[in-house]
Amino acid sequence: MSALRILVPIKRVIDYAVKPRVNKAQTAVETAGVKHSMNPFDELSVEESVRIREKKRAPGGVEDICAISAGPAKAQDILRTAMAMGADRGIHVEVKEGDDLEPLTVAKLLKKAAEEQKSNLVILGKQSIDDDAAQTGQMLAGLLGWPQATQASKVEFGEGDSVTVTKEVDGGVETIRARLPMVITTDLRLNEPRYASLPNIMKAKKKKLEKKTLQDFGLENEKRLKVLKVTEPAPREGGGKVEDVDGLISKLKELGAL
Amino acid sequence: MLTLARRAALSQRGTSSWISSIATSSAIHMSRLLSTLAILEQRDGQLSQGSLNAFTAAKKLGGTVHGFVAGANVSAAAEEAAKVDGIDRIIKVENRIYEKGLPEIFAPLLVENIKKGSYTHVIGGHTAFGKNLLPRVAALLDCQQVSDVTAIEDEKTFVRPIYAGNAIATVESSDSIKVITIRGTAFAPATPDSCSAEIVEGVDPKADTSAEWVSEDLAKSDRPDLATASKVVSGGRGLKSKEEFDKVMLPLANALGAAVGASRAAVDSGYADNSLQVGQTGKVVAPQLYMAVGISGAIQHLAGMKDSKVIAAINKDADAPIFQVADVGLVGDLFEKVPELTQKVKSS
Repeated sequence: MSALRILVPIKRVIDYAVKPRVNKAQTAVETAGVKHSMNPFDELSVEESVRIREKKRAPGGVEDICAISAGPAKAQDILRTAMAMGADRGIHVEVKEGDDLEPLTVAKLLKKAAEEQKSNLVILGKQSIDDDAAQTGQMLAGLLGWPQATQASKVEFGEGDSVTVTKEVDGGVETIRARLPMVITTDLRLNEPRYASLPNIMKAKKKKLEKKTLQDFGLENEKRLKVLKVTEPAPREGGGKVEDVDGLISKLKELGAL
Repeated sequence: MLTLARRAALSQRGTSSWISSIATSSAIHMSRLLSTLAILEQRDGQLSQGSLNAFTAAKKLGGTVHGFVAGANVSAAAEEAAKVDGIDRIIKVENRIYEKGLPEIFAPLLVENIKKGSYTHVIGGHTAFGKNLLPRVAALLDCQQVSDVTAIEDEKTFVRPIYAGNAIATVESSDSIKVITIRGTAFAPATPDSCSAEIVEGVDPKADTSAEWVSEDLAKSDRPDLATASKVVSGGRGLKSKEEFDKVMLPLANALGAAVGASRAAVDSGYADNSLQVGQTGKVVAPQLYMAVGISGAIQHLAGMKDSKVIAAINKDADAPIFQVADVGLVGDLFEKVPELTQKVKSS
């Protein structure tokens, strides 16, 4: 089996525990001064890559784990986190603050990066928790012409570059098999990401972090979707509390739900 | 046909911008005015009723609507879909290689059929099948897909939730082919009627791939399907164990004729199967009644259920955030209250 050269795309997003607020102009969600972190699904991708190496799960071994992120200067923080978790190096594609890329552009960027880095496995999160698009991995697989396994909850490597992936689907799980090179997107059940230890955080500072721009990949930030407005969802008012089960039943009947 | 399409579109929208866009469009543009391909899902030759909401969304756009279905044995499914009112054509491709919907071969199949039909819009469900397949299709067509659409404003303007439903974005697409996935609960499924659209064979490029389907393990249940049920009872961490979850929640579900859901905490602790998870990373539901039992109401959970018509909550913590969205809340020990509720619902 070929040695794995894993590319792990990661994204800096508003921390999952923060309740996002729409800005006054209703053009976007307020991001200034808001805590950001690595997209939770991307932590799973980094963790899985590191575990494949640590547990020697791939017969051909793991030659390289490269984390890549396109975003503002602060995206370097999450690249350092990925390296502290065990990624060997990072690539930062600098994009102006607020100049977000659409999934198709990211997929085009990652296609070029995967080719340049001679990657044979790309592990992405199944979706980012900001845009909730759930597209980049599939688009990348399509552009590369590689097989894809989305919403993975288990990844196993076999002989002859074969990879068997258990995927979460509506109503249960599905197992597919394909050969490297391929694209996998992670689901929550895949693993539990580790916390980076202080010594590893220190070590990560010495790992290589390459800086690039979109132009280095021959791309521009082309926008196909124009955001006309962003609004708060219609507020939902709690209807108050009842004293007992009988009160619950009669209220539900009154609301026509029973 | 064109006149019909135009009239349908006008009656849907009736805006002056539409008329002016007709006036300025070239003859070439006219020839490909609004035609939508709705991607239908099937399993073992059975049409997934849930996928018929793609027709509902397609009809909102106006223009001609065609349906697409592919698999090992899809004639019956194609015939059923052809009965839906307002559908002009069902394209079917009968080949067992498409049965499991492997995107590596299904995407090229769709791309060929989309190009052949010169569709302006492609609509599928934001389901495991649609999410896996359509972004790949969009990339092959060099289009930026619009995911999980909850409303269609006009042929290029779509509304979709972002940030786990904490914000609603309205976006305008400039792509020549609009590939969108729709949120099932936002568009009622079309019901097969007595119409009969023509059924034609689609092109079959028979693409090659190293990917193969190995097996599946689907949770068996006699209860209504979670995604489409009119009532859902959902349990959280408060249930404490799988045994208690089954003992408390299942009788309540049976008494109400409801589907069973769960919070991520309950799923992660092994109380309930993964496929029952409601939330940002699980299923998005919008039933008539959603009853949250022992669920605190984290934003990721609310993302999956806050469009429910009526929300009821039973929780012992009076300050749990779930009470801020619940239409009716009961503070109390679920191990006491739920069995009592089950009894009273049964005997009423």
